[in-house]
Amino acid sequence: MTQIPVNTTGKKLGLVIDLDICVGCHACAVNCKEWNTGGHSAPLPDTDPFGENADGVWFNRVHTFECGDGADSRTVHFPRSCMHCEEPACVEVCPTGASYKRAEDGIVLVNEDICIGCKLCSWACPYGAREYDGDAGVMKKCTLCIDRIYNENLEEVDRVPACVSTCPVNARHFGDLGDPNSDVSRMVEDRGGYDLMPELQYAPVNKYLPPRPKSTGYEDDRPRQLKPIEPTVSGEDAGGLFRWLDKVLTR
Amino acid sequence: MHPAYSVIIFTTFSGAGYGLLFLMGLFAAGQWIEPDRWFGFTGFFLSFTMVVSGLLASTFHLGHPERAWRALSQWKSSWLSREGVLAIAGFVPFSLFAFGWVIYESHDGAWRLFAILTVLFAVLTVYATSMIYATLRTIRAWFNRHTVRIYLAFAIWTGSVWFNMLAHLFDLHTPGIGMIVVVTGVLALWLKRKYWGFLDTSPTWVPAESATGLGDLGKVRLLDAPNTQENYVQKEMGFSIARKHSVKLRRWAFFGYFLIPWLLAVGTVEAEPWLKIPAAILAVVVMMAGTMLERWLFFAEAKHTVNLYYGAQDS
Repeated sequence: MTQIPVNTTGKKLGLVIDLDICVGCHACAVNCKEWNTGGHSAPLPDTDPFGENADGVWFNRVHTFECGDGADSRTVHFPRSCMHCEEPACVEVCPTGASYKRAEDGIVLVNEDICIGCKLCSWACPYGAREYDGDAGVMKKCTLCIDRIYNENLEEVDRVPACVSTCPVNARHFGDLGDPNSDVSRMVEDRGGYDLMPELQYAPVNKYLPPRPKSTGYEDDRPRQLKPIEPTVSGEDAGGLFRWLDKVLTR
Repeated sequence: MHPAYSVIIFTTFSGAGYGLLFLMGLFAAGQWIEPDRWFGFTGFFLSFTMVVSGLLASTFHLGHPERAWRALSQWKSSWLSREGVLAIAGFVPFSLFAFGWVIYESHDGAWRLFAILTVLFAVLTVYATSMIYATLRTIRAWFNRHTVRIYLAFAIWTGSVWFNMLAHLFDLHTPGIGMIVVVTGVLALWLKRKYWGFLDTSPTWVPAESATGLGDLGKVRLLDAPNTQENYVQKEMGFSIARKHSVKLRRWAFFGYFLIPWLLAVGTVEAEPWLKIPAAILAVVVMMAGTMLERWLFFAEAKHTVNLYYGAQDS
């Protein structure tokens, strides 16, 4: 049913993305595409891949923003994917029941066997997380790698979404945001993790950790300017034999 | 928002079809029109054709039209599903009402009840259509109190121009019908102008800083998009041609959906049949074209929050 489940386990699986350390390498997006084109929603289409109008479905895309001006400006790399919202409008508007939110872990999925491809869910999503597969005539979206995180054929360490496993700088974290003691929840607590577009009240589960304050080298507790090194004059610093020698030679 | 022709045709024609059914039901329930067989036949034929062709057109943009029946299942949560259920359920009272009018030439007794149910279902179905748009928080141009009013007003106004044409064709025109045309036209015009005023003056809905949460660092602007060519989300949700030419397009729409058909219909009420019948037909043609332009603008002028991730500064 496309009604949002009421009796849940309280489990809210999701991602925490650290904007402070993301370097914008797009590895998460590429590994997401790689895994998912063979996974739950396979295949992910690529139309005209080597032509002028290359297009295709990606569940994860990395934007790069510039914030502020002048010396204080900074570049922030910003990966964006499904937020697995607690109040997902995309699920509520679905006329067929193809879009649903799982009661057991809160993951939002599409049942491609009954999706009619009306695209209304993509209109309802403020984050642009849903992309239409014109080849299959159905909507596709991030599955939070449901085929990895519960996959007993994988080593336990690999049972995380593809984007998390591949991130070379550990900017992406996966866990249960419904459990206040989980690593991800504590990380959100410590770093002031926040929601995107909270005013729309879709209660996104994924959280973003803000970039830390920029180190400029001009903080108050540091010298504003290094003191120039004065050359040693008239032997003030020297003593004993060298002081005497200095006096003799400067005479 | 990308204006899909199937949805523009659907909302315009099904709106006019339900508007015509609403007025036929209203005038029958009030016994304000004679149950003339051929008037009824033509009216039901036109309205059913418009409603059915509109519903069929709406399935053209589906990825899997053969699964369209599945859209009837989620009426508890989805307005799109409710619209589908109401559109199909409505054919029960519509057909019985048509049966009484065309076969028995009667508006009395039980037939009158079906006329009242026809009025009810016509209003509910257009209401459900409008709620599909009015509940999308992602689009400020739709998520407001104007959307439902405009859909209802345009359904009745477009229906009344068709009703006016039929009444002239079958020589059943009454001052009441003329009055309906005058009033519903002005109502549609007034509500649409209020809506455009709202659209032009409403403050930023979701600011760019809220989309990224990076406002503390200063003004946020896109440096590098994730993709070099436009993706599905940008093609579907990003459309700016209409906003660029909105003043001109709105003026054309005003002439088409209101001024020309209104003057043609109202100005020729007392004219000779050789003049008033062609005028009434022309009014329908111009009004439908103008309403399609109005509906095109409704989609094309609407801004979606997702564009904030692709360089838009407001939504």
